[in-house]
Amino acid sequence: MTMQFGGFTALDDCSIRIAPGSFHALLGENGAGKSTLVKCMMGFYRATSGEMLVDGREARISDPKAAHALGLGMVYQHFTLVPSLTVAENLVISREDAPSVIDWRAEGADLQTFMDGMPFQVPLDQPVRALAAGEKQKLEILKQLYLGRRFLILDEPTSVLTPDEADEVLSHMRALCQKGAISVLMITHKFREVTAYADAVSVLRRGKLVGGGKVAELGHGDMAALMMGDAQLAQPAPRSGTRGVEVLELNDIKAQDRTGLKGIRIDKLRVHAGEIVGVAGISGNGQMELMEILSGQRPCQSGQIRVKGSPYSATRREAHRHNIRFLPEEPLHNACAPRMSVSDNIAFRSFDTDGGVWLSGRRMRSRATRLVDQFKVKTTSIDAPISALSGGNVQRAVLARELSGDVDLLIISNPCFGLDFSAVSEIRTRIMQARNAGAAVLILSEDLDEIMELTDRVLVMSEGTITYDAQTAEADIATIGRHMGGHL
Amino acid sequence: MTLSVSENMTPTRSAFGWAALARRAEAVVIPIAALLAGFAVFSLFLMLQGKSPAEFFALVYRAGFGTAFSWENTLSRAAPLLLAALCVALPARLGLVVIGGEGAIVLGGVGAGFAGVLLLGAPAALALPVMVVAAIAIGALWIGAVGALRHYRGVNETIASLLMAYIAIALMNHLVEGPLRDPASLNKPSTAPLDEAFRLGTIPGWDVHWGLAFGVIACVAAWVLIDKTTWGFAARIAGGNVRAAQVQGLPVGKLIVGFTALGGAFAGLAGFFEVAAVHGSANASLASGYGYTGILIAFLARHNPLAIIPVAILLAGFEASSGLVQRRMDLPDATVLVLQGFVFMAILMSETLYGRFKIFAPERWRTA
Repeated sequence: MTMQFGGFTALDDCSIRIAPGSFHALLGENGAGKSTLVKCMMGFYRATSGEMLVDGREARISDPKAAHALGLGMVYQHFTLVPSLTVAENLVISREDAPSVIDWRAEGADLQTFMDGMPFQVPLDQPVRALAAGEKQKLEILKQLYLGRRFLILDEPTSVLTPDEADEVLSHMRALCQKGAISVLMITHKFREVTAYADAVSVLRRGKLVGGGKVAELGHGDMAALMMGDAQLAQPAPRSGTRGVEVLELNDIKAQDRTGLKGIRIDKLRVHAGEIVGVAGISGNGQMELMEILSGQRPCQSGQIRVKGSPYSATRREAHRHNIRFLPEEPLHNACAPRMSVSDNIAFRSFDTDGGVWLSGRRMRSRATRLVDQFKVKTTSIDAPISALSGGNVQRAVLARELSGDVDLLIISNPCFGLDFSAVSEIRTRIMQARNAGAAVLILSEDLDEIMELTDRVLVMSEGTITYDAQTAEADIATIGRHMGGHL
Repeated sequence: MTLSVSENMTPTRSAFGWAALARRAEAVVIPIAALLAGFAVFSLFLMLQGKSPAEFFALVYRAGFGTAFSWENTLSRAAPLLLAALCVALPARLGLVVIGGEGAIVLGGVGAGFAGVLLLGAPAALALPVMVVAAIAIGALWIGAVGALRHYRGVNETIASLLMAYIAIALMNHLVEGPLRDPASLNKPSTAPLDEAFRLGTIPGWDVHWGLAFGVIACVAAWVLIDKTTWGFAARIAGGNVRAAQVQGLPVGKLIVGFTALGGAFAGLAGFFEVAAVHGSANASLASGYGYTGILIAFLARHNPLAIIPVAILLAGFEASSGLVQRRMDLPDATVLVLQGFVFMAILMSETLYGRFKIFAPERWRTA
């Protein structure tokens, strides 16, 4: 199967066989083509070439409906449930043949019978909003089974779960496979899950199938070697310089999280010049709120933020004076105005720095031209709307805006979400350059590998507080993992 | 302020040429196509009633634009429409859909009328500025409150502004029929008539009142504000993506309240001209729907203040023709409103077409 996007080959002649009743893992780094492969299988994309056989027969899957008809189902990384409806209601409305008038009594009885036949249960009458993340993920899987899917694709199903929840969900999946009820293809980049639960594994790298086989015959080392290939990704960018003075300081911060139910409490957080501090954690544990607090989008109930010793309240003037820069995640949605031009977007930070009233279009354009060139942003014109650029180029344009000039404090959230290899390494190099030039850098990332590669010091955020703090060089992944899961 | 060209600032070539032209053409071609589509559907509506669309459009042309007299009539009607459209266009650049400009027009008119009554006998050079300030202040407060509700309380600005327009009209009726009523106004409750010296005359040489000139100036000023100043750029950022604006530390709240208040001020000014140049007192005639036609104009003009000028004149021409259409074609005078409705539907539907045509997107020309 081959998939090309314009000139970019996302998937290059990959072939995978999955035996009935097997638990197959698809392993690969971000951007290796895992998602592209399963999206072709599910009919979201149409493969440029190649074919798919289901039960030995060629299947033409032109859209997700056709995939569903063949019994293919997908469980996404993020939930696709309606929070305000109950479990039973979510299950019934997910059916394509749900009647216009629903006989809830009959449906309820049917669902109970269905649920009784399953190895794990979710309370039918609970609203989904009240379920924990693990239960929601179980419900997503139950939903696929309820819909009669017998081949499930799980897209990083455990990324929003704690290790315990992940173990529970995956062991149930394995049991179902062993009974022969279903076959599973799981996308992941966690070796532990592969060795513990999968029968077979296929490894993708840069769109190519580079290896695979029975899990029993492969060790972690073999899989890592396959995944990374010769293009050693883990080569840490060169570090230089020494830790300087304290730049960012958070004391006794209290704020509400986005649900308004839980609190964010950060007693003490320090970032020094010339160091990169990483905040690891499973998404939804307050990292997004921390970013919002720092960028002035979320009010604090109490506590104090200081930058270079003076109180900081996230105004534009303070950000200019202290050279504070932000790189939010998904830059097109959080740091750009999609319909405005590349040139306008690059001017967001600097258009009013001279304090004047008049906008200098000429200066904006010449600056944009220079930065586009310097940061290698690929665009047909600086007048093109920024939404016309690829993800990596949007990120480059934002980097051009935020990393030009002197940077004293850089606050970053998931900088490499959804970017391809070359963009990722380039962006990490730029971040490292900023650090070496004396900037204090705070990175919030869900990608633990990224944190281990880039940072000097690692913190873990769980349930809205910082539960772990260590020098990255001395940190132990297992300990970090336990803190991420909230198990101390 | 240095606006001179320094050596390192070489203007880039791509600012001109086909690419730039194509990019700009989208905002012109699509609204015109939508306008024509609205006309086409309206023609079907006319034909269903056995009337001739050709005759209708010929009459509209004659009544709206055919003679010097009809031009004057059209331009007089365009004056408040220009200002009312700005009340929609300015908040729209921040991503807000404010549709209650009618309220600011009505209350601005009452404010100006009442100020005029209070200042009876004062020199016009004092009274007129006071009336203008009263109208502008009330309009700014009224629509600025909509912006403040939006930003600080999360109240939907579209609904809030519409409901506040009803409140404003009720308030106006209460005031001109109650506390501010001139006992001499029998059939039509009004405030006391303005001193003749406070009445605005016409632009010399034309039978068009000064509101037109101020409306045009206001449109140009609004364009300069949005396109040429840092405040306008900040507002466009906030309108383009409010999260990006917040991350950049821009004062989003102040921008929202400021731009809505400014829009309200323009609408209030329209109320002043209606009182001082047209009616001579504040009464129920203030609520004549200019605020609502302004919504249509602003959308047709893609919220570009300069484009508002021709669009407002076009729509004013249609309104000016309603009387003639009624007499000649035996159609109810609401027919023009039906036309406006069809055009508005077409415009709203055309919003989904932006970015769909390759011809307007030079960055997609090269890829096959």
